[in-house]
Amino acid sequence: MLLTEGLSVRLGGVPVLEGVGMTAQPGVLTAIVGPNGSGKTTLMRALTGEIGYRGRIALNGAEIRDLRPGELARIRGVLPQSGGLSFPFTVHEVVRLGQEAGAEPLRADGPGAALVRVGLGDYAHRLYQELSGGEQQRVQLARVLAQIGSPVSPEGRPRWLFLDEPVSSLDIGHQLLVMGLARDFAAAGGGVVAVMHDLNLTAMFAASVLLMRKGALAEQGPPERILRDDLLSATYGCRIRVGVAPADAVFLLPHSCAHGVGG
Amino acid sequence: MATPAPGNAAPVRSGDRSPRARRLCLVLVLLMLVMSALSLGAGASDVSASDSFGAWLAGRDLPLRDRIVLFDIRLPRLAMGLLVGAGLAVSGALMQGLFRNPLADPGLVGVSAGASLGAVAAIVLGGALPAGLGLLPAAALVPLFAFAGGWVAVILLYALATRGGRTSVATMLLAGIALAALANALVGVMIYKASDAALRDITFWSLGSLSGAHWSKVVLAAPLILTALLLSPLLARGLNALALGEAAAMHMGVEVQRLKRGAVLAVAAATGASVAIAGGIGFVGIVVPHLVRLASGPDHRWLLPNAALLGAVLLAGADIVARLVVAPAELPIGIVTAIAGAPLFLWILLGQRIRLEG
Repeated sequence: MLLTEGLSVRLGGVPVLEGVGMTAQPGVLTAIVGPNGSGKTTLMRALTGEIGYRGRIALNGAEIRDLRPGELARIRGVLPQSGGLSFPFTVHEVVRLGQEAGAEPLRADGPGAALVRVGLGDYAHRLYQELSGGEQQRVQLARVLAQIGSPVSPEGRPRWLFLDEPVSSLDIGHQLLVMGLARDFAAAGGGVVAVMHDLNLTAMFAASVLLMRKGALAEQGPPERILRDDLLSATYGCRIRVGVAPADAVFLLPHSCAHGVGG
Repeated sequence: MATPAPGNAAPVRSGDRSPRARRLCLVLVLLMLVMSALSLGAGASDVSASDSFGAWLAGRDLPLRDRIVLFDIRLPRLAMGLLVGAGLAVSGALMQGLFRNPLADPGLVGVSAGASLGAVAAIVLGGALPAGLGLLPAAALVPLFAFAGGWVAVILLYALATRGGRTSVATMLLAGIALAALANALVGVMIYKASDAALRDITFWSLGSLSGAHWSKVVLAAPLILTALLLSPLLARGLNALALGEAAAMHMGVEVQRLKRGAVLAVAAATGASVAIAGGIGFVGIVVPHLVRLASGPDHRWLLPNAALLGAVLLAGADIVARLVVAPAELPIGIVTAIAGAPLFLWILLGQRIRLEG
């Protein structure tokens, strides 16, 4: 499992995260939500080992600042928010980069299989830089899936996916596809931590929600306990009404949001 | 149907361009052999390389003149051309990968500016040096000073750009510009003080030339350039991952700081040694990696060796041109590479702009 204790981060001398204590369990999708500037992405960067921190971050029992990048790359994959690429690699080559970084033996069909999972089976020959933003985001996900391989290592330890706004440039169909892939990965025994802006998708797919506010963890719990009128309204600074639609509907959380009202 | 942007190898069906890169590698090895044979046969004297080598292989004695022309003039010159071409081209590929920019040049890490300061200092102050250094022949002084100058510049730049164990590539780029300006100013001071003979030496050094080729220079440069060439494949996977950004590279298991240090050291060794023995030869470092990417894609596992091969082939070829166009005199090779390279560079630049704006 993933656990932090007293996690604090300063960036350029400014405290950005203060005393965060959270947990994420393998087997379920854990969502990090909160308004802009609440520290979601900083928390994500600390959890993935990208920036220094004070306190503890234990991933499968190991303190992540003690792990080399190569060791981390075999137990967790990270989907970045933006996917710039400085040279004209093909989609196949980008996904293969992920596969080469991972723990599992290289398979010639590895990149192709990962691309099929994200719905880009016939994109292998395309140049990454010429794809749309949404297509690039899915290629990046395929790269991360190719890196991390199966959700559980041969020794029976969970592997982890860290997704930073995984659906930010996707249409609704692909949002559901990608969130479904993440949930399947968790259901098969892996761990998934995702920074989410869309509270409806959070309600649909997350089993545990971390609500961030002003660089601190405001609440952690199951969605029905966190996604409440009062908590969300206070956190986002606007009036939010939570409704529950029929079980098969996409929008579980119609919210009316008027800036300057409530708070 | 979008036209492929310049700078991209046309895609292949599977998206895997490594078979094509492998074929390119074979072709370049063959081209290098052909170019080497041509180079040994070309020159102001009428010595035929094939006849002489045939005789030599058959165990017959060669006339002294032929032996000198082949083994003491043309062969070291060919070796220097191949080494310098490969060294500059691999340095360019490493710099472009490190700076994540296809227009980066080995000169960006300050090697060239430092080296020219060292060379000019040796030319101008050569006579006034302390006794120990005065024992060295002037011909050896210039490459040694150039090499030392290049290294001092790189180490200074690396130290300036590194804070808390992290090197900022952007700081390196900007500090490199400032350092180069400073080195050029110091060169200016020395030029102001220089005698007419020294001025002429400085001009020819800065144009770049293989004309002073000698086995001693080959021996000086070969270990450094070959080490950089042979170790560069260790950086290939890291540079590939770095194309996705520093954070993504780290997420993919790359020790980014170690990668940066390795790349800077390799460039300092290869470019430093190349500039030391051949002076300022421009455009090979920028243009050659670009041509290779054009032919078989940006995968550094193939880009680095193929750039080395193409750099070697092109510089050996440019040297043949330099020797033949104004025979029995010869052009500084830097002029040949600039005349061929500058238009290519502009073409790349315009292609980039079209891609960025289109």
